[in-house]
Order: sequence, then C-alpha cells, then structure tokens
Amino acid sequence: MSSAAPAEIQAAAEDQDSIVAILRARWVAIRSGDVGSLPVIIGIIAIALYFNSKTSIFFSAVNFQNLIQQMAGVTVIAIGVVFVLLIGEIDLSIGYVSGIAGVSVAYFQQAGTGHQYPGLVALALAIATGLVIGLIQGSVIAFIGVPSFVVTLAGLLVSQGLILQVLGTQGVIGIQDKQINDIANYVLTKNTGWIVAIILTVALAGAAFGSYFSRLRAGLPTGNVILTIVRVAFFGGLAFAAVYICNQAKPRPGVPLVGLIFVFLVVLGGYVASRTTFGRHVYAVGGNAEAARRAGINVKLIRIIVFMISGAMAAMGGVILASRLNGIDLTAGGGTILLDSISAAVIGGVSLFGGRGRVSGALFGGLIIGMIANGIDLVGYSDAIKLITTGLILLAAVTLDTVLRRRQAAAGR
Amino acid sequence: MEVLRSEHLRRGKNRSVNATPTPTPTLELREVAKNFGSVEALKGVDFEVRDGEVMALVGDNGAGKSTLIKCVAGIYSIDDGQIFFEGEPVTIHGPKDAARLGIEVVYQDLALCDNLDVVQNMYLGRETHDPLFRLREAPMEQRTAETLKSLSVTTIRSVRQAVATLSGGQRQSVAVARAVLWNNKIVFLDEPTAALGVAQTRQVLDLVKRLAEQGLAVVLVSHNLVDVFEVADRITVLRLGRNVGVYEKDKTNEREIVEAITFGAPAPEETEVKA
Repeated sequence: MSSAAPAEIQAAAEDQDSIVAILRARWVAIRSGDVGSLPVIIGIIAIALYFNSKTSIFFSAVNFQNLIQQMAGVTVIAIGVVFVLLIGEIDLSIGYVSGIAGVSVAYFQQAGTGHQYPGLVALALAIATGLVIGLIQGSVIAFIGVPSFVVTLAGLLVSQGLILQVLGTQGVIGIQDKQINDIANYVLTKNTGWIVAIILTVALAGAAFGSYFSRLRAGLPTGNVILTIVRVAFFGGLAFAAVYICNQAKPRPGVPLVGLIFVFLVVLGGYVASRTTFGRHVYAVGGNAEAARRAGINVKLIRIIVFMISGAMAAMGGVILASRLNGIDLTAGGGTILLDSISAAVIGGVSLFGGRGRVSGALFGGLIIGMIANGIDLVGYSDAIKLITTGLILLAAVTLDTVLRRRQAAAGR
Repeated sequence: MEVLRSEHLRRGKNRSVNATPTPTPTLELREVAKNFGSVEALKGVDFEVRDGEVMALVGDNGAGKSTLIKCVAGIYSIDDGQIFFEGEPVTIHGPKDAARLGIEVVYQDLALCDNLDVVQNMYLGRETHDPLFRLREAPMEQRTAETLKSLSVTTIRSVRQAVATLSGGQRQSVAVARAVLWNNKIVFLDEPTAALGVAQTRQVLDLVKRLAEQGLAVVLVSHNLVDVFEVADRITVLRLGRNVGVYEKDKTNEREIVEAITFGAPAPEETEVKA
C-alpha cells in the first residue's frame, strides 16, 4: 500500500495537468458555484454586441480611446473598494474622498495663492489626504469597533461638508498645471504604446513561467504548459490589440496615459492581494476574522491599512476625474461616483460578504460600467435609462454572488 | 454486586495516585484554580499528559473542561496552582506563550478560513515568505502535502481546494494537521467528533491515534465515551471543577466512568466502610 502510493500520486499529478482534466475540473468548479470571471466576460461581450448593433461609432478607435478615459476614475476607486469588500467591510466615503482629493490637487496648484506647488507634489498631497482620511476611518472601525457602514457614512458627510467649505465662495477651481491635466488627457506616442505592450507581455510571461518552473523544481503539479502559453498569448494579444486600436484613433492617435495608470494599479493591487503575506491576511480577515486573530494575524492593523488603501485609491481616482475636467467644482465627488465604484467591484465578482474576489474585478466591472455609460450616451438614451440599466446589472451581479455563495456552501457538505 | 462496584471505584482511585512509570509528564497541572468572580470554575485540579499518549478529559457540562483548556491555551490566566512543562515550571499569560511551548488547541469551531485553500489555512499567520514579504508557495504546498501524507489523510483530493468544499471530517483533519505541521508537542482536541457522521468520526479517531503514534501528547475532550474508549490510553474525569480521578482505559469500563462523571468518587470514609 505505502510503496504503491508515490507512483499513484505521481500518476494522479500528471493526469491532473492534461487539458481534458483541467477543463473537467473547471466545469466541476463552475457547477459548484466557482464561476470565476465567466459572467463578467459574457456581460462585456453582450453589452458590446448590443451597442454595436445600435451605433457604428461604438466600435470606433476614437471611442475606444474615449472609453478608457471615461472609465479610469471609477476603475481606480474600485480597486480600493475591492480591498475593503475583501475584508467584509464597506466604505461609503470614497465618492467625496475622491472629491476632496480633486479639490486638494486643484488647491495646491493654484497660481498666485502662496500654496502653488508643482503638479506631482500637489498629486502627492492629494493622495496623502486620502491616506489620512483612511487612517482615521480605519482606526475608528478597528479600535473602537464602530461599524464601517456608519463610520464611512459620517466620513461621506464630513467630506462633502469640507468640499463645500473650501470651495464655498468661488465654487470652482480651474487646473492650469500641465502635469496634472496630463494625467487624464495625455496620449502616449504610437511607439511608446508598442513598447508598453511588449513590456506588459514580457512581464506576464515572466510571472507565468517563473511560477511554472518554481513548481516544477519543487515537484508540484504545474498545470498544463500549453494552457499557460495560451493564457500568456491571449492577454499579451489583448495588450497589443488595445495599443493597435488606440493608435488608429483619428485626431490624437495613441494610448491614453491614464489607461496605463489604471492597468498598472490593477496589476499592482492584484499582486499585493494574491502574492504577498499582507494580501493573504486580507483574505483571511474577510473569510474568518476570529480564525485570523487566533492564527496570530494583527486583524486591526490589516483593517486600518485596507481603509488607507481605499482612501488612497479614492484620492487617485478623484485626481483623475479632476484632471479630466481640468478643474473642480461644487459637484466634485458627488453624483454616481460612489455607487458606480462599488458597483464596479461587485459586478467584477468581488463578494459583498468578504473574502472572495480579485482585484482584476475592478477592471472588468469598471469596463462594464464605463461601456454602459458610454454606449447609452452614444445611442442618445436619457440618463434615466443609464441609471436603470446600471442598477439592474448591479442587482444581477449581487444576486449571482448570493446564489453562488449558497451553492458553494452546499457543495462543501 | 456491592463489592464489585466499590472495587471498581477503589481501583480507579488508586490509579490516580500511581502514575505509569514513564518519564516526566509533558504537561502537568498541579492544584490549578480559576475563579470568575464568586464562581470557582476550577478548584485545585491536577492534570497531566505524556508524550505518545492520548489522555481523554471528560466530565459533564460545567465540570471545568473548557476552563482548563483555556487556561492552558493562555486565554485565561490561572489564579492559583502551577503548570509544569517537561518538568519545568512555566507561566502562560497569552496564546503566544502557549504557542511558544508547542501547545496547540484545535477548537470545536475549527478556526479555519472557508475561503482559503488547505495550504493557505495550514500556514495561516505563519506564511513562508522572502524578505520582500512575497509568498513562497512551492515549499508551503510541498510541506502541506507531506504532512497530510504522514497522517495518512488521503481523502483530500487537492491541497489547493478551498476549505469550504471539504467535508466536516476533512476540515477537522486540516485543523489537526496544522498542529502537526508546526511541530507542536501537545495537541488539545475540543470535541473533535461532535458534528461528524460515522465514517468521518472514524477518520478523525484514526488521526488522533496517529498523532500519539508520532510521539505527540494528545488531549481529547469529548462527551462521547465510545470515542474515548476507542482511542484514549488514560481518562481524566472532572466534576464540578474538581478531580474525580485518572483511569487507565484497559482497567476500567464505561459504567465506571459514567458513575465518576455523574456522582464523582465516593467520600473516603464511605469507601473504607465498604472495603
């Protein structure tokens, strides 16, 4: 028995890596409720096909460029939301925190006021503001135990008040600083775009094969090598396709800088969440905070850091939104920013119950929200339709999450 | 009949005095007391467990089993008495002290994260990482697989499976294996079979035996005397925060233990009269 066991395990491991076995395992996982990003991808394709049938502009290069710029703010804010949802909390202040960051960045570049700083310094100050707000909110939640819903609701009101207070008399601050305006509006040259695509693909291949060979060395199941190559080729191909399309855009060809920024932040956030001890502890706190505490994880510290990430991402998103409008007014941070950002994370497959989801969900969800807004504007439907559609898709996403959660729990017993 | 009964009791009582001639107990509690306000949960309890044995800890509700576990785990600090670890007096002021001594408690609610996989749970809070805090998955996965294999836990198909997808017995196995992975010397199992079906109970009881075979000191807290008699070498009975006695499994029976649990040991004079 014991002498036969290693050979059996070896055979099982090899068997496990064949394409058929992987597809079968994937199908079993889907049936037991672990659908991954499947619904999101289906959603993206369906929405794209719908709008394409309504207007020919939707699939044009210039609109693709536009879409990247439109979705950037919400996508970046949603990255922070993913972290907050992963620990099973909620942050309602992100909308107006993004507004505060927009006001800060505008305030700190204002000419002739005595507090005019270079654009990047103003950006750093705005993000620091977000970090501090996150630190305060996170500390109240972690140390005193006030529910995050209430703390961040208070944060929402206070932030809105601060925006009105600062902007009160003038009501608007224009942004003249070139560095800040470039964040959302600069377009990379064609060749820079290609270089970026090459770097992304090489980095992707490096990560995939690095993990493949480290597992091979350790004698662990490696997954199918062909599937790994296909995956790298697919995502690399997406990067090249995106650059190609943007380079075809008519008046100003090239990839918008802001697209590069949010892809970078999504990759960075995904890396932190899935490859570092901190990320592992974030998932643990969201899955079972008591288990995490007993395992020696500093649950309070994790909560505080997560709210700081949320604040910083909201701030970065706010700066992007302000940069896009070349200024800030009394509506900063208002409107649908809060709900769009939370919806983006949830539509991207991040569970509201904590512990499940990926940072890349922010990108997928941001893309869906962005496509709906963009497409509805193009087709000429009213804002009412836009709100109703977004609301229904959000409801569908949360319903799906709840059903899948129940299904997974049932599959366990 | 009367004689038989008293003999049982006397033998049980004698056994608590004459300890088996093995080396010093791995963990020994002497005259340990714990009060919650005016409630005396433990009133001078003695307890010991040795390497390679399964010591069952039984008693009715309110006997002080949970309090005793929590004192050893560092969740409560003791009010009186002494704790010896491998013959040396020690103080346990927090869970970290207990962990440092190599005492692991597997609680009834398991303390696993459902959303994480087996490897991630085994290494929870003690992940292997490089200086930049990047996780080193390969060695973690290797050692998890080795540990499960050494305990003959073969029902878990993949160590990369989320714990949510495991059965109750498999989850219990993961929680126990975590104690082994970290080279603990003493493992406390709090009602490990309480919520399990027949086959899964068997799985866990086999695992308990294997832990002792690997040289660990195992303390099994259970209400189920069938389970206790199946795996335990010795049985400590508590009643209302006091010792009733320590019984050797081979020289006692379920009836005697049930009597000890419900009525406690007879008063000394009573025993003498009957003897």
